[in-house]
Amino acid sequence: MTPLIAAAPQFVQPEIWWTWLAPYLLVLGAAVVGVLVEAFVAPRARRSTQLTLALVALLGAAGWNVWLWVDQFAPTEFKAIALVNGSLMVSYFTLALQTVILVVAALALLVVADRSRGADDFAPTAAAIPGSDYEELARTKGLQQTEIYPLFLFAVGGMMLFPAAGNLLTMFIALEILSLPLYVMSGMARHRRLLSQEASLKYFLLGAFSSAFFLMGMALVYGYAGTINLWAITNGHALQVPEALVGGRPLLVMGVVMLLVGVLFKVGAVPFHQWTPDVYQGAPTSITGFMAACTKAAAFGAVIRIVVWFAPFIGLDLHEEIQVTIVIVAIASMLLGSVLGVVQHDVKRLLAYSSIAHAGFVLVAVAGVLPYDGQTFVFPMNSAVIFYLLAYGLATVGAFAVVRLVRESQGRGADAVTLGEATHLSQWAGLGRRSPFLAVAFSVFLLSFAGIPLTAGFIGKFTAFKVAVDGGLWWLAVLAVLCSAIAVFFYVRIIVLMFFVDPAADDTEPEPAREVVAVGALGATSDAPVGTPLAGEPEAGVGLRLSDELRRTSGGVTVLKGSVGSRVAIAVAMVGTLLLGVLPGPVLDLLEKTVNFLP
Amino acid sequence: MESLVPENLTASFPWLTALVVVAALGAVALWCLPRGARGRVREIALGVSLVNVGLLVGAFTQFDTSKAGVHQLYEQYAWIPQIGTSYAVGVDGLGLALVALGVGLVPIVILAAWREQGDDVERLRHYLALVLLTAAFMTLIFAARDVFLFYVVFEAMLIPIYFMIGAFGGPQRRGAAVKFLLFSLAGGLVMLVAVIALFLQGPGGAEGFLTANLTGLALTTNVERLLFVGFFLAFAIKAPMFPVHTWLPDAAQQAPAGTSTLLVGVLDKVGTFGMLTLCIPLFPSASAWAAPTIVVLAVVSVIYGALLALGQKDLMRLIAYTSVSHFGVMILGIFAFSQTSIAGASFYMLGHGLATGLLFLTAGMVIARHPQRSQRIADFGGLQRTTPIIAGIFLLGGLATLSLPGLAPFVGEIMVLIGAFGAYPAAVIVSAVVVVLAALYILLTYQRMFTGPEQEHLTGLPDMVGREKWVVAPLVAALLVLGFYPRPALDLVEAPADVTVSTIALEGSAS
Repeated sequence: MTPLIAAAPQFVQPEIWWTWLAPYLLVLGAAVVGVLVEAFVAPRARRSTQLTLALVALLGAAGWNVWLWVDQFAPTEFKAIALVNGSLMVSYFTLALQTVILVVAALALLVVADRSRGADDFAPTAAAIPGSDYEELARTKGLQQTEIYPLFLFAVGGMMLFPAAGNLLTMFIALEILSLPLYVMSGMARHRRLLSQEASLKYFLLGAFSSAFFLMGMALVYGYAGTINLWAITNGHALQVPEALVGGRPLLVMGVVMLLVGVLFKVGAVPFHQWTPDVYQGAPTSITGFMAACTKAAAFGAVIRIVVWFAPFIGLDLHEEIQVTIVIVAIASMLLGSVLGVVQHDVKRLLAYSSIAHAGFVLVAVAGVLPYDGQTFVFPMNSAVIFYLLAYGLATVGAFAVVRLVRESQGRGADAVTLGEATHLSQWAGLGRRSPFLAVAFSVFLLSFAGIPLTAGFIGKFTAFKVAVDGGLWWLAVLAVLCSAIAVFFYVRIIVLMFFVDPAADDTEPEPAREVVAVGALGATSDAPVGTPLAGEPEAGVGLRLSDELRRTSGGVTVLKGSVGSRVAIAVAMVGTLLLGVLPGPVLDLLEKTVNFLP
Repeated sequence: MESLVPENLTASFPWLTALVVVAALGAVALWCLPRGARGRVREIALGVSLVNVGLLVGAFTQFDTSKAGVHQLYEQYAWIPQIGTSYAVGVDGLGLALVALGVGLVPIVILAAWREQGDDVERLRHYLALVLLTAAFMTLIFAARDVFLFYVVFEAMLIPIYFMIGAFGGPQRRGAAVKFLLFSLAGGLVMLVAVIALFLQGPGGAEGFLTANLTGLALTTNVERLLFVGFFLAFAIKAPMFPVHTWLPDAAQQAPAGTSTLLVGVLDKVGTFGMLTLCIPLFPSASAWAAPTIVVLAVVSVIYGALLALGQKDLMRLIAYTSVSHFGVMILGIFAFSQTSIAGASFYMLGHGLATGLLFLTAGMVIARHPQRSQRIADFGGLQRTTPIIAGIFLLGGLATLSLPGLAPFVGEIMVLIGAFGAYPAAVIVSAVVVVLAALYILLTYQRMFTGPEQEHLTGLPDMVGREKWVVAPLVAALLVLGFYPRPALDLVEAPADVTVSTIALEGSAS
């Protein structure tokens, strides 16, 4: 094996390239094998084969990363290992973030794979026209769309590449690899299929738009620097700024800002957030959980890479411009996410706005990036951001796993048919009595989102805001804290509903909800046009008035048990959230290693 | 400066941790109780709380009262060294006194809740578990010697209280619980920013959050004032002080009597305790700077609470407003910065906890006897004849809250008024007049509810039963003992007051 292309002299060339590429190859390779499984394995065995393959690939890659971290990483003076001529750059930051993504994705996979009675999230054949005879046939035949597993793995592969990208082209390819499967998976919901397909299309169109921004930004940066390799751009500048380029600085500024637009879209930060509520609501809930947790983690890896590789270096001197951009986006995200979250009546939309707010909170830490003083690399935000994303990822996967188990139902006893999710908040009333485990777990996730002490979310917010204060942005931290206080209101409102509000009496015959057309086709109730607020005026203190009409629909709410896998995922997420809240020491200790390294 | 931060006396046995752990494990045990044993939740909860009382006695034997100004029974372990926090607990005389108040009230509250949920053992099980969880947090917060730990408990404590109000209270309980939570969280989050900012001013490192390491920092005037305000706001909401007191009347009106007892009797003391142990030692010159304003607000609290109490139609709201008034007196004592007034305020915290607890619990008994469980004062009348013991105890509790000589609150209040007179004579005169006038709200209430013609629907009510006598007996005894012989408790709180005063004095001489 001849070494691929000689790395630049600044980077120590690792002896065995394959060792470092193995995690990506494992995940992407398993995805390719998964496609073949679709063709060659008997339908009955497909699901279990796919699931095993995917889990082995994810956990194997995570384990491999741990081994690389513990045993193989030999920091050089530039503190990153360049692979394939710098197309990939692996550092402690990359390894840590990838491991977080892989672990959270494995949990999400357990939820995605839940096919227990009534809990299947995916259409029998996504290609069938909603409401058609073909769809009905596929449903009665019990078909399954097992292609989601390879799609899932491809998405994870892209997410792993994102924070490892060493040049802008790799970053763009990673962006596309992770996005395309997500567009497809968003459109595969079993219930409310029109809403799901609408979400998929919106996501695709806006995603393509943002990709175009990214490409344009890349072109502008190339136009300025003549290269798209991150180290070449920054290090070339650290040595000298060519005379000819001095006047081209606006080109660079525009380019970098456009790159940020592309990745901030994936993060779901304001003003690139418009897709978030619709897609979160329309996509199959288990996919929403995966997308919310892992895409955000991966995309923040890219954000940090762009910010750190362009911002602190002396030669480029972009610190101020980038910081201002990030600060503005952070403020807008926090405010909009928190304020609009208050008026949501749909659990999935509410969590979508919450995720927008969380994007803002992470950006508060990112904004604390310090200018490079020419001597030492110190990036306290690296560890804070990874911890935050881990805390957020666990809670998000867990929360959506709970959401998908609370279903509307029709009929009673043995004839009961489970429909789509009961996402209207009023339908969550009294969940604490109906299903204490789920309600307690959901409360833990909400408290973690809210940043209440003794949950992971608190430590995450604490470390993130500390970075901002350290970076001299104390006023931004104050603003972030105030926004957290606003957001607490809507998290707590759900807890109030679950524990303090009595569920509508179960013995009243639930009226067949008006929108039901065909079970399994258009799905169940509340197919109201997206964005139309359902009835329910805020009431002082609690915020939800349960009108008679809504009480009636909430009569038909059942809570599914879910598969063992999804219950395990919920339990692991809950225990992890509490453990990281009470004893975050060991994890913070590990992440401390990322601080002194380039991301 | 070193002389002000004396060496902590390390505990030979982790008494304080044991108090926390036993209560927390008790709560967990109640939640995990197998179905068959659930008939005995009351006994188990009471047993756990009594074990804690035993541990408390043990802690007292190990506490050296002659060094009450030093933090004793001290334990310290690294908790999250990466962000500089330790698990550090220790108490000085004041801390121990408040821990004792909390630990002592818990079995009484459990006993008072014996029949509160009727035969619904399931609900009672959750309620008692929450009480025990609260008890664990109460001990921890009065013992915390690490600012981060203090903050974490300050916030985490809201959750059990929130459920205790929101799940078990009166008809408007949800609104009250949310209001309580939002007020407290708002204060807490502002404090969080101050906590982080304070840490960054300190020495940092793995023990950077230890209270001792953050005391005596050389802060610039503006920074110190901002940080002070950040901490003080949270404590003022907790205390509660005018104008951020509005959550308390709602919470007390809706919560069950036992919850109100813990809430007003103990948890609100976290506010005044925080002012004494964090605000003043950490920011002495900012405290001196803010003192006149705070004293004015405190006097406003005194007047405002008393006036509103006079106008209340709801019994529980009335008691809550009297507390707003009395917290004003405590805050006046704290920020008058004399040894007598601070020791008096500390002692008053104890006395007020006992007196308000007695009043809330007795009021709870009266309300439980009303056929509709009405809390309206006007719905009662002539109870003196049917329930003479309850009437007597209610009157005693009422007189205790308005500081009748011979009962514990009197000692504290008179010390506050005497100690503060030198610095703020006008404030003292106004407060003293109002406090005397305050006799009206208790006596008028007593007159309306217990004297006069008997109301028809209230005939033949049972008087205090054996269990209820056990509820009030320890409180009455404590009020009388501390009223006539306050010395042991004063020994506990005077030395910490000396330390506080010398902190301020040193700062004054330095600047």
